[in-house]
Amino acid sequence: MSQSKQQMFRLNTGGRIDRSRTLSFTFNGQRYQGHPGDTLASALLANGVDIVNRSFKYSRPRGIVAAGAEEPNAIVQLGSNEAAQVPNVRATQQALFDGLTACSTNGWPNVQRDLMGLVGKLGGQFMPPGFYYKTFMAPASMWLTYEKYIRKAAGLGRSPMEADPDSYDHFNQHCDVLVVGAGAAGLAAALAAARSGARVIVADEQEEMGGSLLASRETLEGKPADQWVARVLGELASYENVTLLPRTTANGYHDHNFVTLHERRTEHLGDTAPVENGHRQVRARLHRVRAGQVILSTGAHERPLVYAGNDVPGNLLAGAVSTYIRRYGVAPGRKLVLSTSNDYGYRAALDWKEAGCEVVAIVDAREAPAGDWVDAARAQGIKIITGSAVIEAKGSNRVTAARVAKIDIDAFKVSGPVQELACDTIASSGGYSPVIHLASHTGARPTWREDILGFVPGLVKGVQACGGAKGTYTLGDVLAEGVEAGIRAAATTGYTAQTVSLPSAERLQQGPAVALFQVPHEKSTLRGPKQFVDLQNDVTAAGIELATREGFESIEHIKRYTAMGFGTDQGKLGNINGMAIAARCLKRSIPEVGTTVFRPNYTPVTFGAIVGRHCRDLFDPERYTALHHWHVERGAEFEDVGQWKRPWYYPQKVNGKAETIQEAVARECLAVREKVGILDASTLGKIDIQGPDAREFLARVYTNKWEKLAVGKCRYGLMCKDDGMVTDDGVTSCLAENHFLMTTTTGGAAAILEWLELWHQTEWPELDVYFSSVTDHWATMTITGPEARKLLAEISDIDLDRDSFKFMDWRSGKVAGVPARVFRISFTGELTFEINVQANYAMHVWQTLFKHGEKYGLTPYGTETMHVLRAEKGFIIVGQETDGSVTPEDLGMQWAIGYDKPYSWIGKRALTRSDTKRENRKQLVGLRPKDPKVVLEEGAQIVLDPKHAIPMPMVGHVTSSYYSPILDSGFALAVVKGGHQRLGETVYLPMADGQTFEAEIVSTIFYDPKGERQNV
Amino acid sequence: MFYIYCPYCGEHREEEEFHPKGQAHIERPKEPEACSDEEWGNYLFFRDNPRGVHHEMWVHAVGCRKFFNMTRHTVSYEILETYKMGEQPSITADSQAKPREAAAVSQQEGVRA
Repeated sequence: MSQSKQQMFRLNTGGRIDRSRTLSFTFNGQRYQGHPGDTLASALLANGVDIVNRSFKYSRPRGIVAAGAEEPNAIVQLGSNEAAQVPNVRATQQALFDGLTACSTNGWPNVQRDLMGLVGKLGGQFMPPGFYYKTFMAPASMWLTYEKYIRKAAGLGRSPMEADPDSYDHFNQHCDVLVVGAGAAGLAAALAAARSGARVIVADEQEEMGGSLLASRETLEGKPADQWVARVLGELASYENVTLLPRTTANGYHDHNFVTLHERRTEHLGDTAPVENGHRQVRARLHRVRAGQVILSTGAHERPLVYAGNDVPGNLLAGAVSTYIRRYGVAPGRKLVLSTSNDYGYRAALDWKEAGCEVVAIVDAREAPAGDWVDAARAQGIKIITGSAVIEAKGSNRVTAARVAKIDIDAFKVSGPVQELACDTIASSGGYSPVIHLASHTGARPTWREDILGFVPGLVKGVQACGGAKGTYTLGDVLAEGVEAGIRAAATTGYTAQTVSLPSAERLQQGPAVALFQVPHEKSTLRGPKQFVDLQNDVTAAGIELATREGFESIEHIKRYTAMGFGTDQGKLGNINGMAIAARCLKRSIPEVGTTVFRPNYTPVTFGAIVGRHCRDLFDPERYTALHHWHVERGAEFEDVGQWKRPWYYPQKVNGKAETIQEAVARECLAVREKVGILDASTLGKIDIQGPDAREFLARVYTNKWEKLAVGKCRYGLMCKDDGMVTDDGVTSCLAENHFLMTTTTGGAAAILEWLELWHQTEWPELDVYFSSVTDHWATMTITGPEARKLLAEISDIDLDRDSFKFMDWRSGKVAGVPARVFRISFTGELTFEINVQANYAMHVWQTLFKHGEKYGLTPYGTETMHVLRAEKGFIIVGQETDGSVTPEDLGMQWAIGYDKPYSWIGKRALTRSDTKRENRKQLVGLRPKDPKVVLEEGAQIVLDPKHAIPMPMVGHVTSSYYSPILDSGFALAVVKGGHQRLGETVYLPMADGQTFEAEIVSTIFYDPKGERQNV
Repeated sequence: MFYIYCPYCGEHREEEEFHPKGQAHIERPKEPEACSDEEWGNYLFFRDNPRGVHHEMWVHAVGCRKFFNMTRHTVSYEILETYKMGEQPSITADSQAKPREAAAVSQQEGVRA
């Protein structure tokens, strides 16, 4: 087949494509050819591909409508292999490359002969407006059935099932002036700002910068407009203070001039990024730009007219027809009927005629159109039918004719006989809608301008709109506005900008447009053929009318009820028409009906770009202790505690088989109780507190007393919030008269430091005290068990005698030859020394301990064993026994409350509120299952009467539960209403599987109740 | 994402460096024991939720660790000022022209899409 036969709608000349090179691509399994410079859409049109998709709800065949971001139909799935799959790509925005493979997202088994099409009508009735809401009201169980059907039929694209081979970057950028959109207005603005020396970023979503000037009939300085574009881009590129970002969409406009730009660096080259010098290039960048001033020169989208059958392939926007002819050298048909409400639309007919194709007629809704383009069309001998509109497009897979009639816009009716004009293409223009999406992301409401029949953006501080985005469409005015915006933006950011001499634009005479949105039909909207408002979501004029009849009056409600402007479309093409129809039905004006607010993102952004490098190992930072590698080599299983990786348990090989967690924990527990164990406790939060008022400060933030804690002593402290609820606990040691070391829970370290700063900075600035986190500076090794003293004595010069170095003392000295602080505190109930050394000495000390510890049976243990051992002793873990609703008294820790302290410490007042004094508060108790083999479930609910009718009154729940190897029994901690008065009572724990466990309320201390073992 | 001027560092930094800490100028009663349960409950639990000018406390959490106050408009999200702990705001709901405020708020009616 010859090339011309293959691209039968390709014009012989014109356009910005390179006819000397041919690219092949595949669409829905069919091979086609195109040229560099094509988009996938222009190449499909060149090859005469009419149907590119099936519609969302009715499964109707759909063709290409637009030439840019507003395209509602040509949404494709891209990718030649599984890993390269990209959903939701607009064919109008995808540059053609050799080997491109795409398919329709909608239509099964294929778009040409869609099975769903046969039931399309049924499907349509099945899914009236408000379908989602109505089905939710139906039996909920039916939703799963509906959903399967909808997802299958709707074809919302699919994600790749294989890992993405590409990488993506995030850039944080700052600039003085961010220009969004490099059309006539944007380039003029950028030029003015750039010449002042301001740092300028220019972002444009298209393959080439220049916007409509790339395909304009109008001249600048008597020359084709694209020559001016090339000159300006050349100048901008030569400035060091200017960054030009083509193929970059400003997708979100966030608070305080923070704009996210999605730069596609390689998507015009292939479906995965090319490899250069052995490195795969970065596929996309997300620029996070903080701009001093933002200039929105995003242009305008043409509004289609809403007439019957306006979704049949062959119905296009007038401007899109011009773009395909002038920019891509493609005439998307042979015989054109143009339906317009304004002068701008005439350009499509002129371009069509100049391309050598037949213009059947221009149908103008105005009685007496007048203007330079109208005159030009008359001069070309094109037939103009006035006071009329295309009321219906005929055809199923492609337009075959246009039904044209006189219309009475005010009365909303057809007022004359209908004639049928044979054609294959209908172009329509209802005027322009400024692209206000980004401006509306900021929350500012747009304003309706009757003179341009469109909404113009509301603007927050630091942003200007110019050109089409502001409703200015005359080229000379657009350029002047751009320059003015550029100068003002530069001046606001502290630069002096001079005016830019503008190229002379043609002064064209234009007649006023008429307000036409929905075109009347001979039949009423509800009874006539479908008139589509939102093609992507299959919303019809009838659907909107129905919504208003069902009582939906707010445009926000109508939107949600009909799905108009949903999803990736964001109402680019249809929203204004939909509002106009709602206004007509409600007998209100468009500004009275108002507009919906557009959301980010403007067009879909790939997850890769959103994620950037924050994936896999870099998803979340991991914190390792100084001993991490030892744990890894020892085969530890790890537990995540906040960002810390803590050894959970150390499974050993027994007869070639790894221990289970139960076996390992039992072994580790017994080693501590009978010999000696070692724990890496480095992750405990450590806060160094210094200053003359440090002691006073501690007394205010802790519930217990601190005034008598002598140097060399340690004390357990409980911390409450001012509501009286326990928030943290830990041991604080007096290092010197004005110097303390506070320990916090591992997870609470950062929050507690902030908490201390909060009180110091806001309530007690008069206290002279300073806080510093030293968590990472010190490694903490806990040796615990009956043999701990003998082991430490071998490698330390500290006097470890039980009477000179008592329980709750600390001493400094040498351990394994390095300076250390050793704390005699215990979280296991056994004789314990917590050795703190500078973190970079930790490995040496740890290994020395093992060298000497082998003969004592030194056993490393992890967090799981730590939990069991502390629970056997009834030691709480904040966040496990407490949940923000537990007071120190609830925990039975009255001994840690200094009610008689002089200062009303944090939490004290709340402990005497009526609720905190209640008798039946949930209180911490121990639970001993009647069957010692039972390990209760943590979180299990506790009831007093298992025979009570459901719902049973619940009196508490299990907070911690383990098997105790030393007791050879399950045991638990729990909170039970009035539990402190219920010792000895039996409670019941009904489980989901129907079993009910019995347990006795006992003391929280299960092992060594007198606490003798830690004092040896 | 907010762009916040830290009054201690003397420069604008990204919101990621800060934590919001709720309503500003909540003073702990000097004599808690003299408060009734209701007064103490009000101090603990009740906060304003104005539509418009609001004074908030923030902390430059991963910067200088200093707490400071911010006057922010809860509709436009505009930060009208930040000021050091112990200082009073120069902009308040009363100091803002009231009719203009009401007009600005009515313009913002509607649900976000």
